[in-house]
Parts: sequence; structure tokens; C-alpha cells
Amino acid sequence: MTAAVAEYPRAGGASLKRNRRWALFTSYFFLILFAIFFLTPPYYMIVTSLKSDAEVAHLASNPWIIANGVTLEQYRLLFRETDFLIYFKNTVIVTLCVVAITMVVSVLAAFSLSRMRFWGSGILATGIFLTYLIPDTLLFIPLFQIVRGLGLLNSYWSMVLVYPTLTVPFCTWIMIGYFQSIPKELDEAALIDGAGHMQMLLKIFIPVALPGIIAATIFAFTVSWAAFVYPIAFLFSADQQVLTVGTVTSLIKADVYKWGMLMAGALVAAAPPLIVYAFLMDYYIAGLTAGATKG
Amino acid sequence: MADVALRDVVKRFDEVEAVRNISLNIPDSEFVVLVGPSGCGKSTTLRMIAGLEEVTEGEILIGGNVVNDVPPKDRDIAMVFQNYALYPHMTVFENMSFGLRLRRTPKAEIRARVEQAAKILDITELLDRRPKQLSGGQRQRVAMGRAIVRNPKVFLFDEPLSNLDAKLRVQMRTEIKRVHQKVKTTTVYVTHDQVEAMTLADRVVVMNGGRIEQIGRPHDLYHRPKTHFVAGFIGSPAMNFLPARLQPNGEALMLRLSPELAFPVPPAHAARYRPSVGKDLIFGLRPEHITEPRGEERDPRYEFSMTVDVIEPMGMETMVFFTVHGKEVCARVEPTAAKPPGQPIRLYANLNHMHLIDPATESVL
Repeated sequence: MTAAVAEYPRAGGASLKRNRRWALFTSYFFLILFAIFFLTPPYYMIVTSLKSDAEVAHLASNPWIIANGVTLEQYRLLFRETDFLIYFKNTVIVTLCVVAITMVVSVLAAFSLSRMRFWGSGILATGIFLTYLIPDTLLFIPLFQIVRGLGLLNSYWSMVLVYPTLTVPFCTWIMIGYFQSIPKELDEAALIDGAGHMQMLLKIFIPVALPGIIAATIFAFTVSWAAFVYPIAFLFSADQQVLTVGTVTSLIKADVYKWGMLMAGALVAAAPPLIVYAFLMDYYIAGLTAGATKG
Repeated sequence: MADVALRDVVKRFDEVEAVRNISLNIPDSEFVVLVGPSGCGKSTTLRMIAGLEEVTEGEILIGGNVVNDVPPKDRDIAMVFQNYALYPHMTVFENMSFGLRLRRTPKAEIRARVEQAAKILDITELLDRRPKQLSGGQRQRVAMGRAIVRNPKVFLFDEPLSNLDAKLRVQMRTEIKRVHQKVKTTTVYVTHDQVEAMTLADRVVVMNGGRIEQIGRPHDLYHRPKTHFVAGFIGSPAMNFLPARLQPNGEALMLRLSPELAFPVPPAHAARYRPSVGKDLIFGLRPEHITEPRGEERDPRYEFSMTVDVIEPMGMETMVFFTVHGKEVCARVEPTAAKPPGQPIRLYANLNHMHLIDPATESVL
């Protein structure tokens, strides 16, 4: 039997194997290339943040290696001599509030737009998405007037008010898609089981749509953590400033760049989003690709 | 448990009339199947009973009370959906107890009722699993379990077996019947599969184009259909239909199907059909009533020869297809009596089971 099989040439078998090996080689080559490309800036930041000011300023030294020994001096100066911790605290407060507001508004909006039939719900859903398409560089002028009118200029609470204009439309849009992918029979079964709209939302929709909700949460978190245009326009004093603008304005004095501290500050500022993404990345991808394929 | 009644119920979706003035009485503990082709309004009717669709006109009564404006949760009904509609984030136990928990039933009672339902459906060992860890048949059992635990007045099934493979469908059909015999809850079951309807129902409601064509026991629908549609819809393979004309033949009547083919009408039917002499009619006869001539039934007047077009061996019998005056006809013969395509075959038509349909009214004479 084996001999009989051996007599027949395996058409294309070897070439298939070769193709696969070639595909793998190409994939690894480009993956490594991209990894190097994207990891170079963080590496440069880490190396610079662990050098002394003297070494950073010394033009003859190699910027990619630490020649004169590792020092945590930049971090000590950042935390002790600047208002970095105030910025950090303000950013945490703003972000937590924005994420909370965004999720409450978006989940309720998405639930009603995707599940409750009412006049104009379709147009409203599209309208919400269109508002997201207006860039914040255009919005900040009218918003400046509104914030000033409310007496919130130079207060980080103004950020809690304006960031949701960016986060709510997109998060609502993500969740409308996610909620719509939940079979209609599920709410009908819940209705017959005796659930009201609120119970249906809390006990069925939110648990089932958790990946979508986490994706939306991560988005809201990232937007409010990293926003730059609004704080630079609405916040002036150090005690109200947030990380993005605060780090830059306090560590760049005219043409004097405190590179060591800038890099240390940027690294510390980047840590929370990094941690959030590391733990919730799978949910994020699942949320964004929901409904893309048959379940 | 309760009886269900529909009185002149109409459902319109904008301009489209999905259900047209139907009335139906379902006594307590009866198993009624609504059957019909896609778009006949059967699912819409069921959804109106469930409260998932509003009634445009007419009344729906459960247990003698009009429930038109009663929300689904207060109708005391349970529904099993085609795609099971199990809550994916809950275990089987949580799925089955969800309705009871919402109604704040004591925990001990919930456990007792879920365990009892699980025992009836033989899913006790699945109670801790999640829906995605279950097979299609197991999911369907859980969906039924969710309905049973509530001990509702009425069970509603919306094509519950359509997603299962053929073998499992037969198995679950028996299971549903067994459960109904145990719990005796009034049941309304929707399907497009007439075999399912015939095997499960105490009474079958055949629907077509938003109207009820006929209501009756499976046996009655099969043997005494009232309309052309019911005659053609019930039974598999379907009833054969041929254009026909009745001709007087002395005291008796002759049924002419083609210039070459005519049979005497059995005397038992002659009186009933006499007023239709000379009219264009449709003759209907089920495939099992066209067989090879068999010993005791031999009557040369009802025997005829045809050329076989196609044969479909089914194991215990063989379907033989031939053409009469351009129309395809199916006969059911013993496998040994079947002839290969292109060859002549001798057949016998048992006209004691014949039907004549008036094409003008579509009703069976």
C-alpha cells in the first residue's frame, strides 16, 4: 500500500510547503522591521530619561547608549521640582469623569437608538456620527465661548464638559453597531421572561456587549488622556493643567529643552494607557470587529 | 393553563396586510400547530399572541381575558424561538431561572423548579454550562426548559426545530410531544414543515396569504382537505393534480384526464360529483393511491400503463414519476415493481381516495 502511494508523484506538495515557508519568512521580516520602527522612539525616551543632563547635552556622546551610568535624577527632579504630579492628578480626575459620563450617555443612547423604534432614530444615529467628524481644531473656538460663558475657563472641569463632545459620538456609534449585532430574539425572550427596558439593558445587553463597551471605554480613556488642543486653549495656570500640555509648557522654556525630564515625563504619562491596552487589548479588537463575521 | 382565542384578528404593517381577519379558538391544554408557507402570517399571529406585535384589529384572549394591551411579561406565556435565544453570558441554570428571578421567586423554589424541568428534559448535568458549550439539540432543550420552569398558561413555539439537522429534528419532535403529554400546557406551535405539523398537533391550522385555509385534526386535513391549497400543502410527496372533466356514462360518471386516460368514478362519489358534469375541474390523487396493481384490489378499469420518466428509490418504496398530458405525476410503488426510466409500467389508481377541485372557487367538491 505504502509502495503504491509512493509511486504517485505528489503534485504541488513540495511547492506548497515552500510557499508557506516563504510566506512565514516575509511575515517575520516585516514584523521585525515594524517592531524596530515603532520601538525605537520609546527606547530613545527610556535611554534619555536615564541619563544625566550633562550626558544628554554632550554632543559627542552616543545618544543610543548610556555611557556615564544610569541615573534616576531626571525622575526625581520631575516629581520634586515641577508640577508634574499635579498635572497627573488633574488628568486622572478629568479622565475618570469623562469616561464615566461617556459610558453612561453612550450606552443609554446606543441602546435606545438600536433597539427602541421611534421617529427619526435612524437619522439621529447618523447625525451623532457626523458630529464626530468635525475636528476639535474647528470646535474649540465656539466651545471657548461656551466655556467662558459658564465661567469654567482655566478650570479642569471645563475638560470634563468638552471632552465628551469627542468621545460620546464615537462611543455611541461603536455601541450601536455592537447592540445591533445582538439577536432581536434575545430582547424578546427577556421581555417575555418579564424584564423591563432597564433590566434588559443591565442584565442582558451590557453583559453580552461587554467587549464593545470595553472598546468604547478604552477609546474614551485614550482621547481624554491624550487630548492637547482643548487644554492648551482653555487652561492657563499650572494648578489646573493636565499632563499633555503641562509637561510641555513647564519643561520647554523658550529655546531651553529639558530633554531628560521631558522624556521621563512622557514615559510616566504613557504608562497608564499602556497598562490599560495591555490588559484589555483582546476586548478592544473584539469590540471593533464585532459583526464583521458570522458568529 | 388557559384557553386562547383569536377574534377577527388583523395585522397590518403599513400597507401590507400580514394577517387577514382570522378567528381561532384553542381550548385548554390543546396542542395547535399553525402551518403554512413563508409569509403566510403564521409567525405574526404567534407574535401577536405573545404580545411582541400589536394587534391592528380584533381581539386576542388568554384565559378569557382580552390581552391586546397587556405587555408580554404579564400575559403569563413562554416562548421558544427558532434560534433558541439563550442568554450567552448565563449558565443553563441562570438561563432557565431568569424569568423566575425577575419575578422574585424564592431561591429554594427556583432551584426546585429548574431541577424538575431539567429532569423532564434530561439536561440536569448541563445546568452549569454556558450555551456555547452545548450542541444544537441541547440548546433547544434548554430553551424549552426556560419555558417550562415558568409554568405558564400558554407555550408558544416559533419554528423551534428549523435550525436542527434532520435526525435531531425528528428526535426533538418526539421530545416536544412527550413534554406536552406530561405538562399538558396549551401550546401554539408555528412551523412551515407539514410533517412536523401532522405529527405534533391535536389540531392543525393551515394558513395561506394571511388567512386560515382550514382547521382540523391531522387525519381530517390529510384525507378531507377543503381547499386546493390544503390538498397540495399537506402530504409529502404532494398530491398529484391534473385537469379533468366529468362525463356522463349512463347511470355512472366517467372522469376524463386526457384523450387516452379516463376512469369510471366510484359509485360512492358519483352522486356528490354529478352537479359538476361538464365543468373544467382539477383532479387530485395522492401518490400512495397510485400503485402497482395489487392482488385483492385488482380492477382492470382502474389500471393503466405509462412510461417511466424518473424513479426515486426510498428504500421501503420507490417513487415513480411519469407524465400525463404534460403534467408530472408521482406514484408510490413497491421497489420490486419499479421499472427503469423509459420503460412502460402498469399502474393502478385507487379512485376511492380521489378529490375534485373547482378551479373557480379553489374548494374541494
